[in-house]
Amino acid sequence: MLSFDPFELNHPVQQFINGLALGSIYALIALGYTMVYGVLRFINFAHADVLMLGAYAAAFVAPVLAGFLGGPSLLLLFATVLVAAVVCAGIGMLIEALAYRPLRARPKLTVLITAIGVSLFIEFTAQHPAVFGAKTRPFPQLLPAGNLEFAGATLSRVDLLIPVVTVLLLAGLWVLVQRTRMGMAMRAVSFNQNAASLMGVNNNRIISFTFGLGSALAAVAGVLYSVRSSGIDPLMGIRPGLIAFSAAVVGGIGDLGGAVLGGLLLGMLETYAGGVEGLSNYRDAISFGMLVVILLFRPAGLLGRAQVEKV
Amino acid sequence: MKRFFLPIASLAVVLLASCKPGGDSNVIVVGEFASLTGKEATFGTSSHEGTLLAVEKINEAGGVLGKQVKLLTEDNQSKAGESSTVVDKLISRDHAVAILGEVASSRSLEAAPICQQSKVPMISPSSTNPKVTQTGDYVFRVCFIDPFQGTVMANFALGTLKAKRVAVLTDVKSDYSKGLAQFFEAGFVKGGGEIVSRLDFNGGDKDFKAQLTAIKGANPDAVFVPGYYTEVALIAVQARQLDMQAPLFGGDGWESEDLLKLGKEAVEGYYFSTHYSPEAGSPLGAKFVEDYRKRWGGKSPDAMAALGYDSAMLLVDAIKRAGTVEGAKVRDALAATKDLEGVTGKTTINAQRDATKAAVVIQVKGGKFKYLETVKP
Repeated sequence: MLSFDPFELNHPVQQFINGLALGSIYALIALGYTMVYGVLRFINFAHADVLMLGAYAAAFVAPVLAGFLGGPSLLLLFATVLVAAVVCAGIGMLIEALAYRPLRARPKLTVLITAIGVSLFIEFTAQHPAVFGAKTRPFPQLLPAGNLEFAGATLSRVDLLIPVVTVLLLAGLWVLVQRTRMGMAMRAVSFNQNAASLMGVNNNRIISFTFGLGSALAAVAGVLYSVRSSGIDPLMGIRPGLIAFSAAVVGGIGDLGGAVLGGLLLGMLETYAGGVEGLSNYRDAISFGMLVVILLFRPAGLLGRAQVEKV
Repeated sequence: MKRFFLPIASLAVVLLASCKPGGDSNVIVVGEFASLTGKEATFGTSSHEGTLLAVEKINEAGGVLGKQVKLLTEDNQSKAGESSTVVDKLISRDHAVAILGEVASSRSLEAAPICQQSKVPMISPSSTNPKVTQTGDYVFRVCFIDPFQGTVMANFALGTLKAKRVAVLTDVKSDYSKGLAQFFEAGFVKGGGEIVSRLDFNGGDKDFKAQLTAIKGANPDAVFVPGYYTEVALIAVQARQLDMQAPLFGGDGWESEDLLKLGKEAVEGYYFSTHYSPEAGSPLGAKFVEDYRKRWGGKSPDAMAALGYDSAMLLVDAIKRAGTVEGAKVRDALAATKDLEGVTGKTTINAQRDATKAAVVIQVKGGKFKYLETVKP
């Protein structure tokens, strides 16, 4: 009973923008997973919770900033995003220093399990009534209400803004990684930690910086995600985190372009599936099914290069 | 050997201590499980406040069978899996003679088999999915069920909203939502309406734009959202972001202050059916509103509070008639309840152990819940 015409039912332009916006958010989160994997070869499961903390930081700071900057505006959004990114960069570096650095010499599995522990610790601490509480809270309005009409579709401002922000951040990230000394050091650490440190690279500083950068991107994603949905809760990061992790793997983990490609792909898929009767229930199955299929045919992901693992 | 002695000895002491029979015999222990924290916290809290008020009133009036009633409350954090644990604890450790709870059907369904197995009567204050009381003959409820609520909203959509084409957006994670959607669709189609779009979401989702865009494309006259208030509020906000003109309407899962806090002006003008409104007016109702405000710092009771109150009253009435707290006798007395006057109207328990009673329709107006109409069964 899947007789549907996607162009009739789905309002193509509107659904495309929805998918682009959601996919861009997944891409921003996936970048964090992939960067940390690049330098440390493990999945930072606490990444999704940093996103949540970013959203909460924004929810607390936005009313204060609104007092200085007036009502909802683009400026307020950027100021809030900036504060949330700085806060989360700090949190990310703190997590790395406290939880992962002491385990640097241990097997990767130890670090992986620790990451799950950190994730649960943050989630359940945040759910405590004395911290944030488990209840969903309203997210303050950062952008003025109002929509743009285009080709018969209604596009909310934030949905148009999200892809633009993502492209800008991606461009900035590319410049950082490819054109700066810090980026060169990051690539060196990613390539071979021992060799990098022999060449005078301070590994700990680079790894800490990578965590900070990834966490800042998660905060940006968290704020944009919350502006779209208008409600936040302590477990809000789990679902986008899982999808973004899949996106990073689909695109080829360790590859920045791959993370963005995977994020956009899964965001689009999810949006189109969500709008089709009978399929909307299987959105997640489609995303994770995609992960399985791609891993079967391209184990290194879409843009990843297969590497021989030396054991 | 010696180092094993201390842990084993202390374990034995703990086990012995926990085996002692249900405290002193001058109290009747009633267990309650509720979602005091988490996603549906306002439901659990309202329901608990109503239940506690009823127990306090009963004790003020001298208790039941010459004993005071002690209400033990456990929080399930609105999480799946927690209810069975806490209800098990209430029955096996605290020896509760009856269990009161829950609002959400999914969680009542977790606890019901345990109560049935232990032959402890359970009364759900406000779970409306028919499956809850089908679990067994020890499970009761004081509210109407979804086939009735679904029909009420189908007639409301056809009659008051004059809607011919309706889209349905269901929470597939919730038994309540799926059941209500199904009964609404049946009633609406029977009345000559057309369902133009059926889409799903998962409880806990934050992004509904894909579904809402498709619904908007189907151009319905109204959208039926039989979900709980957290998601409903986010859905309403995102529907406004997409400039959707069709009004949203739903069931008793909407009734929470948090719907207004999260949804703000986005939920304005929308409708839902529920069990009770302080404005609907009944003799016991007026007294209840006054008592509730006094007890809980001026807060107005909602349907969950009123049903929580009535659930405790129903239980005590049955214990009184049974003359004992023995499970089987209380069960028989509960099943025989007829025209028990409560704050949500007269309760009669039918053969399916459900209450037959009227529903009210409420509209969000000026940031408040306004009583619109009463629908009799």
